[in-house]
Amino acid sequence: MPKTSSIAANAAAGRIDRRQSRRKKGLLRLRQPIPDRVFTTAGLVVPVVLVLLWFAVTALGLVKPLFLPSPLAILEEAWRQISTGILFEDAAVSSYRIIVGWLSAAVLAIPVGILMGNFRLFEGALEPLISTVRYMPIVALIPLTILWAGIGDEQKILILFLGTFFQMTLMVMDNVKNIDVNLIRAGQTLGFSNTEILWRIILPAALPAIWDTCRITIGWTWTYLVVAELVAAQSGLGRRIMDAQRYLATDTIIFGTLFIGLLGLLTDYAFKRTGRSLFRWTADR
Amino acid sequence: MTMAPIPKIRAEAVGKIFGEGADEFLAIDRIDLTVAPNEFVSIVGTSGCGKSTFLNMVGGLTEPTFGDILIDGKPVKGPGRDRGFVFQGYSLFEWMTVEGNILFALEKSRLSKPEKTELVRQFIHEVGLRGFEKSYPRQLSGGMRQRVAIARALVYKPSLLLMDEPFGALDAQTRGMMQELLLKVWEDHKVTVLFVTHDVEEAIFLADRVIVLASRPGRIKRELTVDLPRPRQFDIVTSPEFSQLKRGVLADIREETLKVMSLGDAG
Repeated sequence: MPKTSSIAANAAAGRIDRRQSRRKKGLLRLRQPIPDRVFTTAGLVVPVVLVLLWFAVTALGLVKPLFLPSPLAILEEAWRQISTGILFEDAAVSSYRIIVGWLSAAVLAIPVGILMGNFRLFEGALEPLISTVRYMPIVALIPLTILWAGIGDEQKILILFLGTFFQMTLMVMDNVKNIDVNLIRAGQTLGFSNTEILWRIILPAALPAIWDTCRITIGWTWTYLVVAELVAAQSGLGRRIMDAQRYLATDTIIFGTLFIGLLGLLTDYAFKRTGRSLFRWTADR
Repeated sequence: MTMAPIPKIRAEAVGKIFGEGADEFLAIDRIDLTVAPNEFVSIVGTSGCGKSTFLNMVGGLTEPTFGDILIDGKPVKGPGRDRGFVFQGYSLFEWMTVEGNILFALEKSRLSKPEKTELVRQFIHEVGLRGFEKSYPRQLSGGMRQRVAIARALVYKPSLLLMDEPFGALDAQTRGMMQELLLKVWEDHKVTVLFVTHDVEEAIFLADRVIVLASRPGRIKRELTVDLPRPRQFDIVTSPEFSQLKRGVLADIREETLKVMSLGDAG
């Protein structure tokens, strides 16, 4: 064996020895780093264990299938909905409602929020009203929305709109207010007009935050879906869950809930990815 | 001076009241100040003494409640391109590159496109950012970002540079380098500088004259001329003359700080 490598090996061994002797046992040291591998594995182990437990509990007959069907039953239900095409029909109808509902909320909330964030007059005029209205329980508005918008798609869209618009307006207002006031001052000293400052400084500066608000609020619209499809809906992912309640089809309920969650997660991810490529300059180094 | 030229800045009994009704308070009380062309004046004071407010008023970003501010003999009516501003936070347009930020400052000037490009190139070179033209502000260190801000504030050739604690967020080593860079730029471009800081050493090192502000309300407590030779090197801060100036200003500032603290106790 060449001399240098044995020295290196010894040194390496020595270093490892020392490190091991110094390291206190366990992964539970306050605010101390743990290996990346352990961190990721932990995140996978928990859901896997939960599913295995679920499996065990149902397989051993500890719980009636009415209360908790086995994971296999859920997969069967998934296959049934996929093979009959129900799932795609429902997803299409619901996605349409979500997109129209959320878009109409965003199209109004973004300009109103921008006005409120920039002009004290608009803030003074609208903020007290919106802050109050946003605490209205959306479910309680169902009768009114039926009265106003009938029982078609419009009513579902209106519910999603009402659930999103008020919160989103206030969030956009904050996004605009949070930009560095010195950016506006810099624009003023450089000789730009108020309109130019609004379009070329305030908007681009606030855009990444507004995008984030979009991401968060579209996530909320997914959670409102069941409420929106509570009444007089023929199809839709939320409707499917409500119908299943009538027939005590627990597998349909669980699958539907998981699937809505999955779509919400995917939307979130898509927004995150798009935002990252739209706003490259927000990346550090 | 044998004859009196038109001062670059002339502030006459300038004051500022903030708030309304019961919240009303006097932030600045009758500041009189004259700054000559090409002079470098530092304003130093405890936090909340109104030094930034005064600078904003000279910049036209805030209106004085009373008194007049004249620049080149003309009253200030809002911000303008005769003045450049450097703020404490880096305040760069983060969605623009280094080049883009500086070019943006030239948008309102009547120069031709090649002239603008040349000016941008020249200023990037002057502040030592060659090779970083296409970088975004987030990719730069604090000192580099502030160099972009300085280039952006000077590229359109304002005759007055207003600086609001521009190096306050930098570490001590970087700050020293930036101070020397600023003095060089100031000497090359012959602009008048009004420099606000709470760092006494920085105030003296840079300036021809140091204005010490008293707190609550802000007013001039003391003015002192800094007779140290130029160009100044970093080690000048260890000279006896420097120490003597520093001791005087520190005593003033300490007195003001104690005053504010006891006011706080009483309130």
